[in-house]
Amino acid sequence: MGGKRKTNENEGMEGEEDSKHNIKKMEKEKSEILPSSIKNKEKRSAVHAKLKHQKKLDKRKKLKARDAAAKRALELGEEPPPKQIPRTIENTREADETVCMPDDEELFAGNDADEFSAVLKQDRTPKILITTCRFNSTRGPAFITELLSVIPNSHYHKRGTYDLKKIVEYANNKEFTSIIVVHTNRREPDALLIIGLPDGPTAHFKLSSLVLRKDIKNHGNPTSHEPELVLNNFTTRLGHRIGRLIQSLFPQSPNFRGRRVVTFHNQRDFIFFRHHRYIFETKEIKQSESKGKKAKDTKGESISKEKVIARLQECGPRFTLKLVSLQHGTFDTKGGEFEWVHKPEMDTSRRRFFL
Amino acid sequence: MQHDEVIWQVIRHKHCSFMSKITTGIFCRNPYNVTGICNRSSCPLANSRYATIRDHDGVFYLYMKTIERAHKPNDLWERVKLPRNYEKALELIDKHLMYWPKLLVHKIKQRLTKMTQMRIRMRKLALKTREKIMTTPRKEKKREARREEKAEKAAVLDKAIEKELLARLENGIYDGIYNLPFNKFLQTLDTDDLQAEDENEEESEVEYVEGNFELEEEDDIEDLGMKDYHIDEEVDDDDDDDDDDDDEVNAVEEQRVRRKSKPAHEKSEKDEFGKKLKKRPRIHVEVEHEGGERQKVTF
Repeated sequence: MGGKRKTNENEGMEGEEDSKHNIKKMEKEKSEILPSSIKNKEKRSAVHAKLKHQKKLDKRKKLKARDAAAKRALELGEEPPPKQIPRTIENTREADETVCMPDDEELFAGNDADEFSAVLKQDRTPKILITTCRFNSTRGPAFITELLSVIPNSHYHKRGTYDLKKIVEYANNKEFTSIIVVHTNRREPDALLIIGLPDGPTAHFKLSSLVLRKDIKNHGNPTSHEPELVLNNFTTRLGHRIGRLIQSLFPQSPNFRGRRVVTFHNQRDFIFFRHHRYIFETKEIKQSESKGKKAKDTKGESISKEKVIARLQECGPRFTLKLVSLQHGTFDTKGGEFEWVHKPEMDTSRRRFFL
Repeated sequence: MQHDEVIWQVIRHKHCSFMSKITTGIFCRNPYNVTGICNRSSCPLANSRYATIRDHDGVFYLYMKTIERAHKPNDLWERVKLPRNYEKALELIDKHLMYWPKLLVHKIKQRLTKMTQMRIRMRKLALKTREKIMTTPRKEKKREARREEKAEKAAVLDKAIEKELLARLENGIYDGIYNLPFNKFLQTLDTDDLQAEDENEEESEVEYVEGNFELEEEDDIEDLGMKDYHIDEEVDDDDDDDDDDDDEVNAVEEQRVRRKSKPAHEKSEKDEFGKKLKKRPRIHVEVEHEGGERQKVTF
């Protein structure tokens, strides 16, 4: 093995021809030194440890070189070399062809024709019916009282033993725009069913990480102003539809003076719900003149600059939703048409998300 | 020939595969048992003349076993289909088991009654919707929990929300409500005072339309001393720019402002939110003899 390596190095030094040669050389080297091909455990682990150590040294060297280059560039007054972008799951997400584009005519036409357009165009004010599954205990009722305070114009009715289909009929008669069913399992709310009315879609969410208001440190108390809605990262068509479903739960004319914001943030198919009261403030940043980087205002050579920041005070519950299924009509698991169902085979890739 | 006794002795005292003992009694798992209890008279193995009722898909059958067929296990049990109607079934049982011991016939009729009741109840329940219990493999639950944690860390929620709110502020959605950045606003005020007042009066009309609750807030803000412009209470207190207000406010009012804002500064900022709501009634009293003219304008 040693002999082969030497000859390769010689070749490399002598002929600097195409990259093809280099690639072939590297491949040969890889196939030679690959630890998994060594059958002897001691030898194999030794080779592997050596490889790892080598990699670590290389990495450290690279980092030092990068830092030195940046420092040098700064001293000289030039621009430092461009920073490398770290690779994240969001960066390397599998390309999804259903991502909504900003100039999609079909999307807008679809929006006009879908079930939420009546509520979202302010023809109907949202009126929500909240109920539970047949057995409701422990944290369920507390969660429901908090939901009642978050969503304006919502009403709670006890479940009784009515069929869900009957409840949908009843709600239609009483002119509700949506039904929310909080499902409890093992004395913890663990699923949320949002049914749009009159014939809107049924979205089934899995609920997790519920933190009630009293368990949040320094929580605030929400007022009854209409909240602002923040929906982040609902990129695909399915995500867009879910976003509109959530939007149809809240009134479309937020009261900005109330400074109340409700956030549904989608990250890797988990929808995080937060409820805050916010306030804008000016914060003074004292800079020394040597740091030329943070030049936000061009106020000449002023030492202290002001920046507008937003401060949040959390109030209300905090929970996470994950979409399990989206069904086209109102609740009908046997005969309904499912637009999207979560299947275990969808979880095989760590870079594939649907919302 | 008639070795029922022997069979029973062996079964009861040695071992019977169908017997199961629980805390409340001894039961027999044999499907042909009438009562389900392990008894000398209820054991289908230890009685050469025996009968039962069994149920297949909602149809009841009367099974009979006689000693004449005891040597032919394949043809041992004779089956008769019972009619759906309860009374007719009872008559049929009587007919077939006419000369059989009365105890057994009685037991069989009791069993028939019980089974018909159960059949009615099962049919009623099938019409109602029952919740189906689905199990999630533990691996999936753990996987989801792990992914959720990582997603929460990746979504730096507070920063994302703040960024979004600031973006909305930049876009101008909140125009007319906030006066930020503060210094620029003061500059514009210093340059043209009159123009600012006009604008503010227009604004006050707009506010009136939105609702009386808002008006109360505005009254308080004004009475904290900022006569000429509308600023949010919190911004007012937090800024250290009270000095700028000397020009525009009476000395007396200013003292009151200072006294109120100082304790606010000392306490934590978060308490201010709650405090503002509680402070309001107190301030309201003092307002009345100060800002009388302001109130006329707004109403």
